[in-house]
Amino acid sequence: MPVIQYIDVCKKFAGSSRYAVDRVSAEIESGEFITILGSSGCGKTTLLKLTNRLYDPDSGKIIVEGEDISNVDPVELRRRLGYVIQQVGLFPHMTIKENITVIPSLMKWDKRRMDERADELLELVGLEPSEFRNRYPHQLSGGQQQRIGLARALVLDPDIMLLDEPFGAIDAITRLNLQNELMRIHGGLGKTFLFVTHDINEAFKLGNRVMVMNEGRLLQFDEPHEIVRHPADAFVQSLIASARSQERFWKGTV
Amino acid sequence: MIADIANYISTHSAQLATQITAHIGISLFALIVATAIGVPCGYLASKSSRSEVIVTAPFEMLRVVPSLAFLIILIPIMGIGILPAVTALTILAIPPVLLNTSVGFRSIPDFMVESARGIGMTERELLYKVRIPGALPMMLAGIRTALVEVIASTTLAAKIGGGGLGEIIFTGLGLNRTDLLVLGGLLVAALSLLSGVIFDAITRKLLRYKYV
Repeated sequence: MPVIQYIDVCKKFAGSSRYAVDRVSAEIESGEFITILGSSGCGKTTLLKLTNRLYDPDSGKIIVEGEDISNVDPVELRRRLGYVIQQVGLFPHMTIKENITVIPSLMKWDKRRMDERADELLELVGLEPSEFRNRYPHQLSGGQQQRIGLARALVLDPDIMLLDEPFGAIDAITRLNLQNELMRIHGGLGKTFLFVTHDINEAFKLGNRVMVMNEGRLLQFDEPHEIVRHPADAFVQSLIASARSQERFWKGTV
Repeated sequence: MIADIANYISTHSAQLATQITAHIGISLFALIVATAIGVPCGYLASKSSRSEVIVTAPFEMLRVVPSLAFLIILIPIMGIGILPAVTALTILAIPPVLLNTSVGFRSIPDFMVESARGIGMTERELLYKVRIPGALPMMLAGIRTALVEVIASTTLAAKIGGGGLGEIIFTGLGLNRTDLLVLGGLLVAALSLLSGVIFDAITRKLLRYKYV
């Protein structure tokens, strides 16, 4: 059974003439690393936010782990789905440990359990717990902050992680490291990842399947090499052509 | 003149102590009431641009009236004494608290609110865990402005029998005694500076995370 099902999902924002998400249907299997690729305004972020009910669709249905999410309390749903955004959104007045365990503390976990969980997650995201747990977000670099964002999203051990351009504002070298670590984390945890990006290289590197979106439509949903070999339409073709021309630049054949 | 002042202090020490205590008491009371009104109103004002106009407009209007004039307007309504004095000071102190609180709540970035919702906070938890701490620095800045204004203006409360250090100054004015004017002025200035220093220490404690 698919872990997430999108069935004819449509979403239009007030004041906009066209659909942000337009009749999207897709099925995602448990343990997949799905990347959602498209340029800004293509509806990829909206699709992600529909998945954890930050938005509700105008029509269509989204089934998560067998449940129609329109019947699930949004707060309860979001605690089952990890969520990471580009700007991270760490709380400046809380230490790293407090940021990671903010939801557990609201759920009244005992202190020892929270301390252990925070340390465990800091290690998972590659930051030394003794060095980082009592720091404040502003003392961390952008890359380190995003690692904390990831740790915070993993704290309740969700089966599904929603990642909205998490590495969009991070320099190329750090980004490469984070991509590799994210793949390592995904491989180790057996969770389903939905990862939004506008970077075709990132999308094809990370995703075992890639959703290509444009103007709210899901144009193609397939494995990267299949998309390269059989682009569904002219838009996907132009996307691949642009990546190829970049490749030629690096090879020095332009 | 220094000898005059020293002499006055030694002969009127008990009276001075009462006036200083009264001054602090009136100021603090007005400040606490202003905070209790200003902070929730500021929160409401931050909700939308319409609510901002509705909440802010009356205080902006009152603000145009000079505080001394306001004290005197209150006499026919509330008589003289401590009550109209505190009322006038409270109204004076509300705008800085209210406006800064509103700005503080508005300064919280949308992505911060969205990430808080996204990880599964209820709206109530979002308010207590994210919005209020996020607005706190501006809120405190507003309360500090109000504090200094109120301590200075409490001097005028003596004009309508409210007590405080203004009594020394108005006595000095009445008797044309420079020593009393200087003493009163210095005491108010000292009180204002000292309260600012204490308030800053509290602020540093509350906003520790900014100073690491």
